[in-house]
Amino acid sequence: MNILVCISNVPDTTSKINFKDENKSFDSNGVQFIINPNDEFGLTRAIWLQQKSGAKVTVVTVGDISCEPILRKCLAIGADKAIRIDVVPQDGYFVASQLSALYKNTPYDLIITGRESIDYNGGMVGGILATLLDLPYLANCIQMELEGNVATLQREIDGGKEILSGILPMVIGAQKGLVEESDLIIPNMRGIMQARQKPLEVLSAFSDENTSKVNIFEKPPAKGPVKLVDAGDIDALIDLLQNEAKVL
Amino acid sequence: MSIVVFIESQNGVIKKSGLEVTSYGRAIADLNGDSLVAVVFNPEDTVILNSHGVDKIYSVNTSNNKFFNVDQYSSTLANVVEREGANIIIVSASADGRYLAPILATKLKAAYMSNVVALPSSFNPIIVKRSCFTNKAFNETESKKSKTVLSLSSNAFGVHEKASSPEVFEQKFSEASSSLKVTSVDKVIDKVTIADADIVISGGRGLKGPENWHLIEDLAEVLGAATACSKPVSDMGWRPHSEHVGQTGKPVATNLYFAIGISGAIQHLAGINSSKIKVVINNDPEAPFFKAADYGIVGDAFEVVPKLIEKLKALQQ
Ligand SMILES: Cc1cc2nc3c(=O)[nH]c(=O)nc-3n(C[C@H](O)[C@H](O)[C@H](O)COP(=O)(O)OP(=O)(O)OC[C@H]3O[C@@H](n4cnc5c(N)ncnc54)[C@H](O)[C@@H]3O)c2cc1C
Ligand SMILES: Nc1ncnc2c1ncn2[C@@H]1O[C@H](COP(=O)(O)O)[C@@H](O)[C@H]1O
Repeated sequence: MNILVCISNVPDTTSKINFKDENKSFDSNGVQFIINPNDEFGLTRAIWLQQKSGAKVTVVTVGDISCEPILRKCLAIGADKAIRIDVVPQDGYFVASQLSALYKNTPYDLIITGRESIDYNGGMVGGILATLLDLPYLANCIQMELEGNVATLQREIDGGKEILSGILPMVIGAQKGLVEESDLIIPNMRGIMQARQKPLEVLSAFSDENTSKVNIFEKPPAKGPVKLVDAGDIDALIDLLQNEAKVL
Repeated sequence: MSIVVFIESQNGVIKKSGLEVTSYGRAIADLNGDSLVAVVFNPEDTVILNSHGVDKIYSVNTSNNKFFNVDQYSSTLANVVEREGANIIIVSASADGRYLAPILATKLKAAYMSNVVALPSSFNPIIVKRSCFTNKAFNETESKKSKTVLSLSSNAFGVHEKASSPEVFEQKFSEASSSLKVTSVDKVIDKVTIADADIVISGGRGLKGPENWHLIEDLAEVLGAATACSKPVSDMGWRPHSEHVGQTGKPVATNLYFAIGISGAIQHLAGINSSKIKVVINNDPEAPFFKAADYGIVGDAFEVVPKLIEKLKALQQ
């Protein structure tokens, strides 16, 4: 079984976000990059399948050379092979179309994306990719069990969950629940050494199709100071919420 | 031109998020002299749409298939969009809406923009403001396609009334083609969900243990609110994972967010800071949450919250 895990290179969750070139582009100066958390849950689930049934796990990212450290980290975590499609993403469709071309050259049994990336938060690459490939897509996947090519899955919905079945190949959007935080694999020295020997293939862009472009970024306006209410004066709080904020 | 909105119902009743996308669609239609077309799935009746400015309704009955099916829903919508020649399609930020939107957009060869927070600033081309970097920033995105699918962030536009007298048509539900099938659904029905709530009451590690959660639940009950929690609280199993909000949990965009015994770590704030009004109750005046809040009480949750519940109950009588 061959699994493709799509990895997005994103700013660490505590990063301060800044822009440059008159707010036309993201300023990566001083920003630490990590594997998108949702993708790491997906990668961990893939590694379990590798350990249990010998699945082969390939990770792929669409991005320039600055994305290689996180691909090496994926290899140290246990992925067998990494692919970097050497082009700076333009939008979600652009990424999905690179990934779909990759799949058409080498099919996989299972494609794992994250529910969404924490940078642009598009929540779109998985759905677009699956539709381009005419494969089923399951968003917000919180459980996946495989038996042969039959998958039993769960999707988190508003107020609960859905239980589904489907047939591979398919695309899933991973999130917490698929594995837990405590299941995440911290690479050890051996993993890190082995990662250096594993293949990291660099491919050039397959196409140049996009559907949108970002014109400008903006930061939210600075917040005014908090209004403090005395702990003994709950009426004052209720009054503010009713008459000033008008939310009660 | 026309604008198509996707409207969800629950037990036959049109959801508030459906009225939000309708209000947003109406505002666009008014700016451009367009007609507003609503596609409603399984409504008991559609009367409420007559007071939200809808010009035409397609009602879809999925009777022999009561579960959400992304493939069938998106194909059904795509059929209406093609027939109406619509150029803007609007869905809400519900779990189903965000699942369906990229698939629908790809079927329509349309551009897709998620996390939309305002009316388009231009229509030719379409340019909209979206939140990004988990609400730490916004961007203006320009569509390069003739059709654009927008998913509207919850509570970003609000619900606005306008009278109309729409014609109602039946729309056939498309056949299923995907191998993916829902076999069952496990859903709390008697509780307000985080996604639909106007008010969310959230508790953190400051509440000390699951046995104290009656404070959160009682406050939620008087306010008709949903309950939520910080990540460590769900990690420790005090509360179910579905209540975990923040950057790696559920996003919250409500009118009123109460944070009780939550410190206000950057990853927590990232997921909730698009809520309109934030109230913090924390016994540490230095807790970072006070910098992000609108109103705050420096005090012990175990003393403040019971008093708050009592006062609110008294008000309701
Ligand atoms: C990659 C990553 C992702 C993360 N994602 C999320 C996320 O999505 N959501 C999330 O919430 N966190 C997330 N976190 C964790 C986050 O960094 C914080 O650790 C977490 O939010 C803290 O939870 P807390 O505020 O409940 O607990 P604490 O930080 O322990 O704060 C407890 C607060 O309660 C107050 N308190 C104590 N006693 C009382 C009392 N009697 N009355 C009133 N107040 C009291 C204290 O003053 C304190 O401010 C993430 C972390 C990482 C590294
Ligand atoms: N540049 C990229 N390269 C590879 N995969 C990506 C890239 N961007 C997004 N993805 C995948 O698509 C998922 C959803 O991303 P998004 O649509 O940007 O929210 C991510 O969790 C990744 O799995």
